[in-house]
Amino acid sequence: MTAIVTVHIQQADFDVAREIAALAKGRTDIGAVVSFSGICRGNDDGESIAALTLEHYPGMAEAEIMRHANEAMARWPLSGLTIIHRVGRITPGENIVLVVTASSHRQAAFHAAEFLMDYLKTSAPFWKREERDDGTSWVEAQAHDDDAAARWTRS
Amino acid sequence: MKVKYFAWVRERIGLAEEQVEPPAGVHTVGELIAWLSARDERYAYAFEKPKVIRAAIDHVHVRPETAIAGAREIAFFPPMTGG
Repeated sequence: MTAIVTVHIQQADFDVAREIAALAKGRTDIGAVVSFSGICRGNDDGESIAALTLEHYPGMAEAEIMRHANEAMARWPLSGLTIIHRVGRITPGENIVLVVTASSHRQAAFHAAEFLMDYLKTSAPFWKREERDDGTSWVEAQAHDDDAAARWTRS
Repeated sequence: MKVKYFAWVRERIGLAEEQVEPPAGVHTVGELIAWLSARDERYAYAFEKPKVIRAAIDHVHVRPETAIAGAREIAFFPPMTGG
């Protein structure tokens, strides 16, 4: 059966269970579904966070996610995948990002989900700004995220 | 060509996008950053650490040595923090 790739960038929240069900609906070739949800934390290093605001580069964000979705489809035998990334103001406890991967067997689904998240962090054009008690500041990129993405580079 | 700025690069420059016509001697992304930085202090502040700045041409990530010839849209932004 054809693999289905769905990519959405949206302000609205998403329903994890509904997205998983949509990916597997009407199919009997899927034996494994992995989902990763990124959720807004209420504190960072002991400092409380009131909200995050996510900015993105319209056009490039979709293109960059689609490039990595296609690479994941080429590297692992996936039956389908769904990526949703929210933008705008998000408060603690709310969803930020969703990656769902489906395959016949679990290994491909696990690996592809991790690969996609590592690349979403380091190469999809999104930027987080934190609201704290003492004002707002842009979140700084983390070196360990670059290291996580680099391990998928084929030598 | 159209130039776009995002996150703190946009805030420091005070513009989300603009049309620029760099002179003939500006061939690469890095040279475009240097030329913009020389325009005024807002650009100089945004690009004060050029190694930190990321760039894309027509929605594809590029490096400082990439040629800008034929580009429709060039974007400058900080390292990404999505996900």
